[in-house]
Amino acid sequence: MIQFILNNQLIKTDKPAHTTLLDFVRYDENLRGTKIGCREGDCGACTVLIGTMKDGKLEYMSATSCLTPLPNIHGKHVVTVEGLNLPNKLNQAQQAMVDCSGTQCGFCTPGFVNSMCGYALTCVEPTVESAISAIDGNICRCTGYKTIERASAQLANKLVSKDKSNPMDWLVANEFVPDYFLDIEERIKSIKTETYNSNGVTPIGGGTDLYVQKHDDLHEYDLDYLFDKSELNGISFDGNTCILKSATTVTDLMENKRLLETIPNWYKHLKLLSSTPIRNIATIAGNIANGSPIGDFTIILLAMKAELTLTNKDNVSRKLMLKDFYTGYKTFDKKADEIITEIAFELPVNGTKFNFEKVCKRQYLDIASVNSAISVTTNGNTITEVHASMGGVGPIPKYLAKTVAFLTNKSISVSVIKEAEQILQSELSPISDARGTEAYKRLLGRQLFFGHFIELFPETIKMEDLL
Amino acid sequence: MINIDAHNHVKGKSIYLDDIQEVHGTLYALPFDSNVAHAKIKKLDLDAALKSHGIVSIITAKDIPGQNQIGGIFPDEPLLAEGEVHFRGQVIAIIVGTSEHHCRQASKLIKVDYEELPIIVDPRIAQAQDKLIMPPRQFKLGDTASAWAQCDYVFEGRSDVNGQEHLYIETQGAYARPKEDGSIIISSSTQGPTAVQRMVAQVLGIPMHKVEIDTVRLGGGFGGKEDQATPWAVMVALACQILHKPVKMSMHRMDDMRMTGKRHPYSADFKIGLDKDLKIIAYEVTHYQNAGAAADLSPAVMERTLFHSTNAYFIPNVIAKAYSCKTNLPPNTAFRGFGGPQGKFVIEAAIVKAAEALGVSPALIQKANLVKDGDELSYGQILQQVEAKNTWETCMKSYDYEAQKNRVESFNKVNTRFKKGLAVQPICFGISFTNTMMNHARALVHIYHDGSVVVSTGGVEMGQGLNTKMLQIVVETLGIKADKVRLESTNTLRVANTSPTAASAGADLNGKALLMACNALLERLKAVAQKEYTDQIIEIKDEMVYANETKTEMSWKDLILKAFTQRVALSENAHYATPTIHYDKTKEKGHPFAYHVYGTSIHEVTVDCLKGTYEFDSINIVHDFGKSMNKDIDNGQIEGGLVQGIGWMTLEEIIYNDQGRLVSNALSTYKVPDIYSVPKVINIQHLETEGHELAIKKSKAVGEPPLMYGIGAYFAIRNAVKAFNPNADLAVNAPYTPEKVLMDLYKE
Repeated sequence: MIQFILNNQLIKTDKPAHTTLLDFVRYDENLRGTKIGCREGDCGACTVLIGTMKDGKLEYMSATSCLTPLPNIHGKHVVTVEGLNLPNKLNQAQQAMVDCSGTQCGFCTPGFVNSMCGYALTCVEPTVESAISAIDGNICRCTGYKTIERASAQLANKLVSKDKSNPMDWLVANEFVPDYFLDIEERIKSIKTETYNSNGVTPIGGGTDLYVQKHDDLHEYDLDYLFDKSELNGISFDGNTCILKSATTVTDLMENKRLLETIPNWYKHLKLLSSTPIRNIATIAGNIANGSPIGDFTIILLAMKAELTLTNKDNVSRKLMLKDFYTGYKTFDKKADEIITEIAFELPVNGTKFNFEKVCKRQYLDIASVNSAISVTTNGNTITEVHASMGGVGPIPKYLAKTVAFLTNKSISVSVIKEAEQILQSELSPISDARGTEAYKRLLGRQLFFGHFIELFPETIKMEDLL
Repeated sequence: MINIDAHNHVKGKSIYLDDIQEVHGTLYALPFDSNVAHAKIKKLDLDAALKSHGIVSIITAKDIPGQNQIGGIFPDEPLLAEGEVHFRGQVIAIIVGTSEHHCRQASKLIKVDYEELPIIVDPRIAQAQDKLIMPPRQFKLGDTASAWAQCDYVFEGRSDVNGQEHLYIETQGAYARPKEDGSIIISSSTQGPTAVQRMVAQVLGIPMHKVEIDTVRLGGGFGGKEDQATPWAVMVALACQILHKPVKMSMHRMDDMRMTGKRHPYSADFKIGLDKDLKIIAYEVTHYQNAGAAADLSPAVMERTLFHSTNAYFIPNVIAKAYSCKTNLPPNTAFRGFGGPQGKFVIEAAIVKAAEALGVSPALIQKANLVKDGDELSYGQILQQVEAKNTWETCMKSYDYEAQKNRVESFNKVNTRFKKGLAVQPICFGISFTNTMMNHARALVHIYHDGSVVVSTGGVEMGQGLNTKMLQIVVETLGIKADKVRLESTNTLRVANTSPTAASAGADLNGKALLMACNALLERLKAVAQKEYTDQIIEIKDEMVYANETKTEMSWKDLILKAFTQRVALSENAHYATPTIHYDKTKEKGHPFAYHVYGTSIHEVTVDCLKGTYEFDSINIVHDFGKSMNKDIDNGQIEGGLVQGIGWMTLEEIIYNDQGRLVSNALSTYKVPDIYSVPKVINIQHLETEGHELAIKKSKAVGEPPLMYGIGAYFAIRNAVKAFNPNADLAVNAPYTPEKVLMDLYKE
């Protein structure tokens, strides 16, 4: 039995676990304000809010309900646009959208309103930039977004005086959310929320890949829902090693204080990965285990010397370097009953520099044509250790072993990097597809490789000298 | 007035097709389509699928009681393929079951044996093999043959422009319920309820009076639901008629993208001749339109390409020719601009080609050739009330183009990695359906005896704010408050024989009809009031009757009740047909447009020459709205149209492989602008003009014209690429994706 609070109402359901939250709210609960746009997490029309108890407090996030299996909301608060309506007037996000003419055909609008209310619930230091960032997963085909930008700015301005000590009281008093939100935390605590008993065969985390690829066939899978398993959640540090439990989300990483302090541009790099509602539910192990040759976080981890821990049903674990995990296109050194339980990687400290580059058709919320990461440790001008990776250039996320071997112990100079690029090309085997021709991917691979050095060693390496 | 739907939209209370409460026993229909682009169907085996759990019926061509034909212009498109398939995504059967899921499972069990036939996806190859939708058409002005001799410079070239997926966020859908007597009601997410009604009647073999189409609103249309909402509505109607059960279809995004047509890709050859003063003396263009496998609206789209082949420029000697080429792709269809943007793109390419060869700014050529009052276009219309130079000059001055140009040039001198590009884009777009007989509309107004008013027009609300403008007309004419008026759904029983809401003409046509209806009611009501205030001038303001400018005791409600008790008609049905327009296709001459809309935009882009990515710094626009009746809505159309146009020119890349398979088949592979890819700044200045009598309240049509500002985005990027790689010979091939930009930046 899956239990949760949907808006202001307790739900207990026996629906098949793989049922999407979207179908449940629309067709079982007849809440038709949540719209279907794409069923693959790419449009945001189905965005809802999910409130989860974390460290004794209810924390909200936006999520695409089309990719969310019911077990992932067990014991939580789910909010649809209907649950954000005030009795007799508009809430602040709705009012901002109306004031700024941010809605035309209106089909995408409830998704925007949810993302904006999610921002109101979660923001700590409101800014126009972060308010816009909260709607980065919502596509609108009518407005051209300028009116929605203005609405976001209006919302951010109204949130400036948000009371940090008692945020929910303030949000209710100032008409951002209806007053039933005041009791939700207590109600969530009091509903019986014994762990959902998940013990299937096929592991599933946030659902952001399986629910896209296998939407029609989910009933054929015996799924093992990992997203909320406590033993699979958490980020810890052992010296300069960061240890991620496998159900860590991209948002968890983006908000981690130590990572933000240690790795320059960490937020900027991760912002290039999908969108807010997807980052909120997409897990790191999922990014690794779906085996996409273009997985952004996999590419980042490859350059950070990541090591995986695989654990089988008998709780026996083994460790394996990530670069050795991929044996071919979507094939792995992983037994059927093993799942990834931990990912450990080296923080770039003590003079190690890190960079990530990604180019796609659209800068945000898109899959890369080519992506690449590098970490470089230098002593004076000499490279003492280097790890580099590139995606979209072959059947697997590529650890650039030959290029790395060449660069090690070389000095950083234009001629060395140019020579390294020749070796790089020998390691690439791109194919022409929807993300670009082979020739483009090779050229882009060169550009991003050069881009790493231009970015990390601006004093020594200049674009005009390389090209 | 803000959009009257805004409150319900933000609360999630607006009802779209898939939000209609299902009647008990509703069945679901799933189209089963071809997965080859051209083949004979040797065998269709439905046995296993029919036995699949939850399946009620599978309908094929042989089950159709009427005609298996839904072609709107030419009868060349079966509803369900019979014998042959001509594109991937062509529907062969309709699977009907108790849930969409059951239908999907069953669809995997259908077996089709195909005998594959040759596949053509390139319009030039189709034209070479004489595979045409219709004979070519040609517009001619002056005499190009003798004009070339007068030219100091002549340039030739080729341009290509891709199609565009509509990506209305609400996918196609329809819901049919049986009524008594073999009648049927169909809720349809369509821009053209009458087109749906006509085709349902034709396929079902019943008269149109048995078919009621009801449309509340669309979650976006953009032309994609003008003709191509029809098949899905006909399919559910057919299943409903056969099974006597309510039947619904709400398409999955990938099915929608695979099965429906898009904006037409075009290839073109051009030749342009100029004199020393940069006056364009002659222009010849041949357009190869990629129509897809059936006519759909392609002949009309092609016509508008010809009408707009010289954009905002006067050229005394023109030959514009177009071929509508039949390929094995889904039939391409209407999309905001309707062929106009593709026509304009080529003349802009020709001007840029000439400017680059002559070493001058394209803006100099553009400016030297802008249309003015009295100029004749290639199709014979003499332009009046022209605002081309006015918008151009106002734009240059208001936004200080010269300073911007200097700033961009200095930036490019000192920067290697980043280069800026600048382009100016004037537009001139004709308003009216080019098919003269479609330019009419009706409105029906009832005043109930409690004083409340209900309005029906033939216009469909799809986000463009049509209903808000209609409401403005009612409240301003009748002198009542907005809460007295309800805008009802578009329904073929209330307003019949409608033209689709398209061609930017929805507000003009329906608004004029509504204005006539309201004025007729007003005159009758004034007569009622005059019985009490004899020989006085009656007005109604703020729901009170005024006599000789003095407020009386009589309220709107009193007046209506009085009229009712005096047995005065409180309903009015008005009909409007656009005057002055005509066109003779045999001569390719006439006056097809009620008026033209003008504007000028300036685009500034910054290209990262390391990565091939780009950002638009600013788009500055001066637009001729006439006298805008609703600036919030009109500005929204400008911003939205512009961004959609930029999307078409930059990110949005439709990819079919040589087997006619759509590779960009989902939102993960087809990218429309997100909030970060829009220009950082969009400025819109309203050019105050007299407007036009044929525009509703002199407020000019605004739906399509701004899309064509997007063309400037392409040429701004090209200028930035040229600043980095000045000597490369660059093709003109939109969209300018980051891939093409990078390849051009490093082209030898």
